[in-house]
Amino acid sequence: MPEITRDEVRHLADLARIDLDDAELDHLAPQLSVILESVASINEVAAEDIPPTSHPIPVTNVFREDVEVPCLTPEQALSGAPAVEDQRFAVPRILGDEQ
Amino acid sequence: MTTAELLSFDDALAAYDPALGLEVHVELNTNTKMFCGCPATFGGEPNTQTCPTCLGLPGSMPVVNGKAVESAIRIGLALNCEIAEWCRFARKNYFYPDMPKNFQTSQYDEPIAFEGWTDVEVPGENGVETFRIEIERAHMEEDTGKSLHVGGATGRIHGAEYSLVDYNRAGIPLIEIVTKPIMGTREKAPAVARAYVAHLRELILGLGVSDVRMEQGSLRCDVNLSLAPTGSGQLGTRTETKNVNSLRSVERAARYEIGRHAAILAAGGSILQETRHWHEDTGITTSGREKSDAEDYRYFPEPDLVPVAPSREWVEELRGSLPEPPRERRARLQADWGFSDLEMRDTVGAGALGLVEETIAAGASPQAARKWWLSELARRANEQNTEISALPITPADVARIQALVDDGSINDKLARQVFDGVLAGEGTPDEVVAARRLAIVSDEGALGEAVDRAIEANPDVAEKIRDGKVAAAGALIGAVMKEMRGQADAGRVRELILERLS
Repeated sequence: MPEITRDEVRHLADLARIDLDDAELDHLAPQLSVILESVASINEVAAEDIPPTSHPIPVTNVFREDVEVPCLTPEQALSGAPAVEDQRFAVPRILGDEQ
Repeated sequence: MTTAELLSFDDALAAYDPALGLEVHVELNTNTKMFCGCPATFGGEPNTQTCPTCLGLPGSMPVVNGKAVESAIRIGLALNCEIAEWCRFARKNYFYPDMPKNFQTSQYDEPIAFEGWTDVEVPGENGVETFRIEIERAHMEEDTGKSLHVGGATGRIHGAEYSLVDYNRAGIPLIEIVTKPIMGTREKAPAVARAYVAHLRELILGLGVSDVRMEQGSLRCDVNLSLAPTGSGQLGTRTETKNVNSLRSVERAARYEIGRHAAILAAGGSILQETRHWHEDTGITTSGREKSDAEDYRYFPEPDLVPVAPSREWVEELRGSLPEPPRERRARLQADWGFSDLEMRDTVGAGALGLVEETIAAGASPQAARKWWLSELARRANEQNTEISALPITPADVARIQALVDDGSINDKLARQVFDGVLAGEGTPDEVVAARRLAIVSDEGALGEAVDRAIEANPDVAEKIRDGKVAAAGALIGAVMKEMRGQADAGRVRELILERLS
């Protein structure tokens, strides 16, 4: 049976930028384990001859022509931004996670 | 910023074997982005090339650019890769504002191209040495937005108070080309790294799928380097130096990391697996971040995009349309043109191969075409800090200027002024010659009068020539050329002088 540890939940929370305190970790780790167990029951019906699938419909090669379409105006693009400066999205200080 | 201890290159090589791994990102020159129809052009005003898809707005759906898939396959084939019969895109999840979706659409365990190789030539003391570089994979992904860090040290992420993001570049198609570990190159490792990137640039330029301009970021290189004890055949812990954006820097960064790793290892330390930042100005690397494990990116198949399954017919059609590979092309052109190895190497190194080829096709001799592009025009490109191909002059212009030299209308010195005029936008070579009145004076009367004046003004020189010291004629020729502002045929002037004084 898959089980998710408290440390794994903490790590995932860190990756997802969710701040969980000890009480929340204690509460959530067992719950996530139950969810994993429930999903794992699919393994019981998945036979060898059924390949894992990510897309339910067997469609491939849906391509777009390399033709420009009109863009948003900068005003439209920035209309939902909490902060704007010099026609750019202003975002809080970035720590460490540079790509 | 602290300067690391370095072991000398020779000492480092005595104790350790370097292993390289190169990751090159190539921005495709498609009209539109990878998953939406926004233009993929460089240099637009901030946030003028965006739509709900590349801004990651809720409800938007990506659709793959077919032309980008075609370009990816062509790159894969040019690198002798297998082309996947079926592959998917994957989400690479991370939180950084350069991707507003909070993931980058990439490929993970199913790259479109894999298991390839390419041969790279490195010139050395004993002639050219060929290294076979094995290609692990070439996969499709999208570029990220551009961040500007405000406050703190100039433009640096550390100490910045906030950042400003422009998403014009977010979603531009990228092909990431990853080598297998390159081992056994020993002291040539930095030169091999550089030669590989130069080779890729030439190969991809030949395919016509990218501008591959390092200074504009359409070709970017990350240099992975590790050291292991000499002869061990092992791989040590690697560092990944990011965004090394000139050929010279690729070589310098590899060399620097060899010295830095060696100093740490020799002192009994161990290498931290991390990304490093390359500093072009000081020629050093500094610590970036500790490298995330792949599983921290929580890759999973992109549910919004259907798999790509290129038919074998399509792949073979694309294979059939590949241009002649650079090495074969160079060998053919060198033989046709009769260039020496050195002349050929200089021509390729200056990025002038295609330009010289077109100039010859437009009628110039190979040596004339080489001379103008590599002396006159390469120098000007260098002065303007631009690529030779970016100069506002065409191969046909260069061929025409040489034709004017060949028919005696101008000489080499005047030709330089014609280049000035064409580059300054004054028109075609013929228009520049006319407008600047550069044509050589072939009016024998005017020339004869100038010769007479020169003889009269320099009686002592004239006397020497009469006495048979023909070498003295140079002074008179100079005087005449000066009077004619260079616009005379020096050979004819000499004849006229000797006729009068013999």
